[in-house]
Amino acid sequence: MWEYTEKVKDHFLNPRNVGVIENADGVGEVGSLACGDALKLTLKVDGDKRISDAKFQTFGCASAIASSSALTEMIKGITIDEAEKITNNDIAEYLGGLPKEKMHCSVMGRDALEKAIANYRGEPEKELDGEIVCECFGVTDHEIQRAVKENNLKTIEDVTDYVKAGGGCESCHDKIQEIIESVNGTPFAEKTRPSGMTNIQKIRLIEETLEREIKPELKKDGGGIEFIDFADNTVFVKLRGTCSTCSASQVTLKHYVETRIKELVSPELVVEEVKQ
Amino acid sequence: MKTIYVDNNATTRVAPEVQEVMLPYLSEFYGNPSSMHSFGGKVAHKIEEARAKVASLINASPDEIMFTSCGTESDSTAIHATISSVPDKKHIITSRVEHPAVKNLFEHLSKKGYRVTFVPVDRKGMLDLDYLYSNLTDDTAIVSIMWANNETGMIFPVEEISQVIKKKGIVFHTDAVQAVGKMPINVSNSEIDMLSISGHKIYAPKGIGALYVRKGTRFSPFLIGGHQESGRRGGTENVVYIIGLGKASELAAKHMGEMTNHVGKLRDKLENGLLKRIPNAMINGDTENRLLNTTSISFEYVEGESILLMMNELGICASSGSACTSGSLEPSHVLRAMGVPFTAAHGSIRFSLGIYNTEEEIDFIVEKLPPIIENLRNLSPFWK
Repeated sequence: MWEYTEKVKDHFLNPRNVGVIENADGVGEVGSLACGDALKLTLKVDGDKRISDAKFQTFGCASAIASSSALTEMIKGITIDEAEKITNNDIAEYLGGLPKEKMHCSVMGRDALEKAIANYRGEPEKELDGEIVCECFGVTDHEIQRAVKENNLKTIEDVTDYVKAGGGCESCHDKIQEIIESVNGTPFAEKTRPSGMTNIQKIRLIEETLEREIKPELKKDGGGIEFIDFADNTVFVKLRGTCSTCSASQVTLKHYVETRIKELVSPELVVEEVKQ
Repeated sequence: MKTIYVDNNATTRVAPEVQEVMLPYLSEFYGNPSSMHSFGGKVAHKIEEARAKVASLINASPDEIMFTSCGTESDSTAIHATISSVPDKKHIITSRVEHPAVKNLFEHLSKKGYRVTFVPVDRKGMLDLDYLYSNLTDDTAIVSIMWANNETGMIFPVEEISQVIKKKGIVFHTDAVQAVGKMPINVSNSEIDMLSISGHKIYAPKGIGALYVRKGTRFSPFLIGGHQESGRRGGTENVVYIIGLGKASELAAKHMGEMTNHVGKLRDKLENGLLKRIPNAMINGDTENRLLNTTSISFEYVEGESILLMMNELGICASSGSACTSGSLEPSHVLRAMGVPFTAAHGSIRFSLGIYNTEEEIDFIVEKLPPIIENLRNLSPFWK
């Protein structure tokens, strides 16, 4: 038996805002009968872009119904721009949490909201976003990447809990693992790259990036790198080992080291070599 | 709130008569049946009595019964005992609708170098016997086919199958956990080599099972240890529960008539009542070859977990083959093997009745379930 919170039970047993708004300003439909859950969200939006009414219809388990009901309560009365910022975690939190195997229900809510907003704005129906990885549940690589990033997922099981991918025939598990690794290859950067970092924060992150990402790579070719100084968003380094004598070292520096630093620390940084 | 328990294929309550015979062995009669003194010897005697009762339920001889800890252990013991006694044979056969105790073991063995044949079933849940027989080879070590399916109640012709298998010199095991106690079983009418029994499906407690091993069947123990169970399973006997299983077997034999008359009638009443009142509902599986306590009904356009939790609010306990209830994302492998469409598989509910159910309880379910389905359908975007 699932451990549902009282709030989940309440929204399941007494769902709010059930139905379809006639002449809705925004409609979002996700899921299918085959997948085991589906949600149709309809919005009424008034003149100042405020959601004046929201209704849902859901086919699915208790947490899918509760997540849909919660979502409609959360978005009624707020503006489209505010609603756009709602994440699946916000929905789960509103309900006092969901069992982790049920997190995909909150993702379904977020996806329906996103579609309804796009529909309201008159944006064309998105083509398939990315390439299908999980054939059983029709989940694309982009969707998996996003779930991994937004929810800091670590394992295939986590991915299945959040977006269902990998929950069927399991033949895509290797591919999912690759996606997790490719996203989590940059975990500290993703987590700690706030817009306004202090110089000290940047220096720490540069050191960490050099140690964890760059040095191991250079070492494979017998090279090395040393962090000398940091000023005006310029990272000063000295190349060591074979790198210091290699004619291609400038290429390595700009194409590899600087690219990684920009990617993992901050895009405005440049890397300069300090000559002896 | 009164509990209405219609989930007897999951587990049963322990019969009061069973509880009663167990209690003295939890308190005063604590001797070890292997001891030389008569204090222990008396306990050993009770174990043999229990063994005879279990044997009698399936018309076996007592020395063909060994006690285990559960149905899963019985299945694992039978399959491991066989494949390790014929180590050169690398092919094993089972069905696509087995309980995980067998299904997952076969999948595990397929990763250990065994070639596994999974025999399909048709839309009604009946086994493709031609497929089974045409896949028997000299390399086949064991065929394991369940007697009755836990989800749909489908009964497979294992007696007939065992005759064919025997002629090929292949060991035949059946997981009879759902069949025992619900239909008469007579192993002497068959060539079944091994048969699994679980206590908690027949009103004994959880934590006790038995395995029938036909005389002369090659066997190497799964649990190696002392001389208990004639050397087939080491470990001090679970005395209290063995005595409980003995009593439960005796009761099961006694209640066989009640099963057909009382339980079968209630099941039909429930099924007919629900199908009459609820549109877009259908029975999964063949209604001819079915355990008389089980019905699996699919309610289209609604999801099983939601139905279960709504029923739970009224004290009704049942199960679902829906994906959401298991934590996996796909509906039951049994319903999928039968080709039940997803629209119906997600909304499947299994009711499994027992000897303690009453007519009032069935009336209550027939009255309360239709509005639940209607409410959930009104929430569903697929229902018009």
